[in-house]
Amino acid sequence: MSSVELVETGESVNTSTVRLWLQGLVAAAVWIASAALIIWWPNAVRKWPMTQGLANVCLTIAALIVLAVIVGRWSERLARRTQTLGAWLIALPILLSLWELFTAKLGWLPVPFFAPPQALLDVYVEDWPRLADSLLHSAILLGSGVAVGAITGFTAGVAIGWSRSIGYWLHPVLRILGPVPSTALLPLCFFLFPSSWSASVFLIALATWFPVTVLTWSGVSSVDKAYYDVARTLGASQRFLIFKVAIPAALPHVFVGLFMGLGASFSTLVVAEMMGVKSGIGWYLQWAQGWAAYANMYAALLIMALACSGLISALFLIRDRLLAWQQGAMKW
Amino acid sequence: MVNTARASVAQQSPGLALRIDNLSHAFSLEGHRLPVLERVSLDVAAGEFVALLGPSGCGKSTLLRLVAGLEPADRGTLLADGVAITSPDPSRVVVFQDPTLYPWRRVWDNVALGLEAQGLLKTTRGKVDQALAKVGLSQFARAYPRQLSGGMAQRVALARALVNEPRLLILDEPLGKLDSLTRIAMQQELIDLWQRQGYTALLVTHDVEEALLLANRVIVFSDRPATIKAELTIDRGYPRHRDDPYLLDLRKQILGLLGLAESW
Repeated sequence: MSSVELVETGESVNTSTVRLWLQGLVAAAVWIASAALIIWWPNAVRKWPMTQGLANVCLTIAALIVLAVIVGRWSERLARRTQTLGAWLIALPILLSLWELFTAKLGWLPVPFFAPPQALLDVYVEDWPRLADSLLHSAILLGSGVAVGAITGFTAGVAIGWSRSIGYWLHPVLRILGPVPSTALLPLCFFLFPSSWSASVFLIALATWFPVTVLTWSGVSSVDKAYYDVARTLGASQRFLIFKVAIPAALPHVFVGLFMGLGASFSTLVVAEMMGVKSGIGWYLQWAQGWAAYANMYAALLIMALACSGLISALFLIRDRLLAWQQGAMKW
Repeated sequence: MVNTARASVAQQSPGLALRIDNLSHAFSLEGHRLPVLERVSLDVAAGEFVALLGPSGCGKSTLLRLVAGLEPADRGTLLADGVAITSPDPSRVVVFQDPTLYPWRRVWDNVALGLEAQGLLKTTRGKVDQALAKVGLSQFARAYPRQLSGGMAQRVALARALVNEPRLLILDEPLGKLDSLTRIAMQQELIDLWQRQGYTALLVTHDVEEALLLANRVIVFSDRPATIKAELTIDRGYPRHRDDPYLLDLRKQILGLLGLAESW
């Protein structure tokens, strides 16, 4: 009895020491080291503001990692989530330090065109109202366009896949209009539409519409005909066949279409904002470049990358919810 | 007089009387006509279990699709209890060779499909549970089809059919793709369910032994275009035994009719 208990306690001690996340401690140390480099290595070209601020950010991240190491010993969930990030948490401060070295510390990269990380931080601190406003405008424009494009595309795809007579009329339109890059229609739309904003909504919608339509259509027409036979013998109406058989069966394709449509909508959004709409992240990029404010440009680019990636992640999250029945679907 | 008498009998039995008269059907394949059924006539009494046997591709499955109302017949008459079959109806349910469960629906929702399609589900949820219990899969109600074995999936398909309380159960080689042990178990289940529910059953199979174990009557079809070659009544109660000399003798006869006497 007592020997069994001894073995059990021995094991539990063992697992908790294994659970001490060494990689996390290394990561924290590297973040602290890069903070030290940022503070103590003198800036070469000019005195950058926010140098101390950047070091503080590094120290904060180091502190958070240490916190995760400590809490992770009790919370299995947190440990599992953070520990997969370990290698990246070490690589990131190294990359940051290299960037810092080549720009602020050694001045190897020409200054106005390549901004050091603290310059970006400075932009976020100083210019955040304008950045937030741009982000909001972009979000509204993109949201409107993608919503219109996705809804009309889905409807058109189901209609073409289902009804021969609708397909007869829509198919040629799809074939002619769809493959045209929607940015090519930009000059035309800017004088056809009452405002550059509505023209941009139309173009973003068009960019989303094409892949969503084609893939929804392909999804609906590739539904196993036996599924319809089963439902029909059980007394299903046309309506039931469309909404309860064709559409759920086509959903995996629809999500591929939405993924492609979202990607196309991003580039249309940026071009539209650069060419006509006087707000949004695309406009901010153009504006920053016009003033040779390269740090602002990098700051905006970074925000854009995070926002676009976040949207795609959100789409995949919705897909994983709706298509939980699929086996071995790709993980984003 | 005779008609009313027959109607009252039909009402007593939950099964449906099927009348196939002079039925002909053809496919058009790359422009030319390919006859698949040639003047087929067959009467199936209410509550009877009839098996259709014939060479592969002879048109038996087409006959089932016509009986189900999935396709209109070219010529001839198809009557269910005296009423012409023009479209599918939940009183005539098909169990296909593949379970064709909807992968996006859980087992319970797959079984509920017919009731949902007819707008009856709200008041008849208990029937779904009963049907799942009948095929012994109550514990898998929340599973997705991909988590089931072939035999389990086919039992779900059977429950999906039975929940509609069909008066004619059309079985299109439902056990054709199962392993032999599962097949033996499910043959017994089919007999039990048929005896308990009293529906009429029409079974297409390639398996002579299966036809002899299950059916009251075996119809042997010729090669395409299918015509009825022979009809054998199997005068034996249930459960039947595979090694019953009477069945073995019938098996020999049927294999002879199918041109396979040598392989006996």
